[in-house]
Amino acid sequence: MPLAVRWRTASNSRPLTPGTTLSTAGTSPSQSTATGGLALSVDGIDLRFGGIHALRGVSFAAEPGQITAVIGPNGAGKTSVFNTISGFYRPAAGRILLGDEDITNTPVHTRAGRGLARTFQNIALFRGLTVLENVKLGGHHTMHAGVFSALTYGRAAREEELRLRAEVERKVIDFLEIDHVRHLSVDVLPYGLQKRVELARALAMRPRVLLLDEPVAGMNREETEDMARFILDVQEEWGVTVLLVEHDMGMVMDISSHVVVLNFGQVIASGTPAEVRRHPQVIEAYLGAESEATA
Amino acid sequence: MSEFLEYSLLGLLSGGVMALIALSFVLIYKGTGVVNFAVGEVMMLGAYIYYAGAVTFGLPPWVAFALALGVIGVLAIAIERAVLRPLSGQPAVAVLMATIGMASIVHGGVEAVWGGDTLSPPTLLPRTPLLLGEVLIPGTVLGNFAVAAVLIGGFLAFFRYSKTGIALRATASDPVTAATLGININYAQRLTWLLSGLVGTFAGVLIASSAGLSPLLASAALSVFAAIILGGLDSILGAIVASLLIGWVESVSAGYLGGKSRDVVPYVVVLAILVVKPYGMFGTRTIERL
Repeated sequence: MPLAVRWRTASNSRPLTPGTTLSTAGTSPSQSTATGGLALSVDGIDLRFGGIHALRGVSFAAEPGQITAVIGPNGAGKTSVFNTISGFYRPAAGRILLGDEDITNTPVHTRAGRGLARTFQNIALFRGLTVLENVKLGGHHTMHAGVFSALTYGRAAREEELRLRAEVERKVIDFLEIDHVRHLSVDVLPYGLQKRVELARALAMRPRVLLLDEPVAGMNREETEDMARFILDVQEEWGVTVLLVEHDMGMVMDISSHVVVLNFGQVIASGTPAEVRRHPQVIEAYLGAESEATA
Repeated sequence: MSEFLEYSLLGLLSGGVMALIALSFVLIYKGTGVVNFAVGEVMMLGAYIYYAGAVTFGLPPWVAFALALGVIGVLAIAIERAVLRPLSGQPAVAVLMATIGMASIVHGGVEAVWGGDTLSPPTLLPRTPLLLGEVLIPGTVLGNFAVAAVLIGGFLAFFRYSKTGIALRATASDPVTAATLGININYAQRLTWLLSGLVGTFAGVLIASSAGLSPLLASAALSVFAAIILGGLDSILGAIVASLLIGWVESVSAGYLGGKSRDVVPYVVVLAILVVKPYGMFGTRTIERL
């Protein structure tokens, strides 16, 4: 029996009732869930650093409400893909579409408001801030930070937004089971909890598309199963589209509906976990000489 | 004993204003990573604009003060945009040299326009002294401290509780991640420079209206650097505590050892503390030493 089934069972015991499901639709017109089409598509991305051709014509898409995984050996370009989607790198060619909006050349901070959230491979929490403050920063983009926000933003709308945000923060904190540490500084938390706080912060952004950069890196088996369960719950109960980069092959194969394999900056295979697992080029990329020896 | 009390009290009160200057510096260091050596000059320029408004143009002092805040605010934003943003990503030394360059431009400009004489701008605060037992406290010293305390308290609350304040702390801690959360980094850094300029102007006008105004005012920032290093470059609380400490040491040493010693003793104390705590009393271990 695959692990996924066990996680799903576990998820059913979660206290979150269907009525409390978070919906981004209707609360903010810019974040209405893309219907039909693709949540995120990467279309022919080319990326160079000086003489290094990091990505060559990379194309793939994330189906709405599904978990898509990007895998590949070290140096294959997985993190480059993520950083291009986040906006840290500007590709030399190609487009990034969020829903049907071209975000290839928009500034990093404007992508949050369009419904894109991410976590980092190395935990990128704000040290010295509490768990709650970190999570609250996830909702930052929904408000104008300016001194004049009260003038440019209707009072009623502002209060409604504040109320909604407080609710989202509370649900996210409950959902990820970090309520007991909400007032602690993130620095003092164990690694697994810090990873969860980072996921909570990303969820507080009410994203349409969630990028997870190695969410279970450095975790033991139990922590990995917990995190996998959280990711499945995020996808199932909140309808968030998830794109993840991960080395833990067991977890990728169990929770993803679609897998994209990168090697040397190119997509060498993509499909369901079962298809990808059988793909000769994938086997070669992962097992290399060994597969030749056994061939 | 009452002598010691008097020196101590005066020292702590003047340390409050020093803490404002320190705040002006720490804001920028924390928010943008820039070591701003032009803090003293910003403060001095603010005071000269106040003087020009109040004396040369005959405006009411509060209007002149508002004018000074406005001019420095605009200037701070302009400098951030024109000088510092293009330098972002450059070595820290290049940015530091740029601030030193701006400091000497301001210094030269001020001397060219107003000369080197000591001017006396009108005071913003009542001069009524306060008699505490046997200790007589000049009204301006008390007023300066009160203004400084209110401002500093306001800033601490702003950074602790307000959305914008928390966003600024987040940006200071990790700008890349802050950007992915939708925080506009350029906006945050502009706001940081603006706030720092305004705080500096407050400090400059307070000092100038109680102790007189000359280009030497900028050197008030020097003893503040001692306080900042002592407190830990990136700690607002540390800067405040250290400023009060240095103000106290200055005042007490000047009282007992003669006026000249105030320029020496505080640095000896700073050196002694740094030997024991090389990152300052409250500083983060990882920050670079200057």
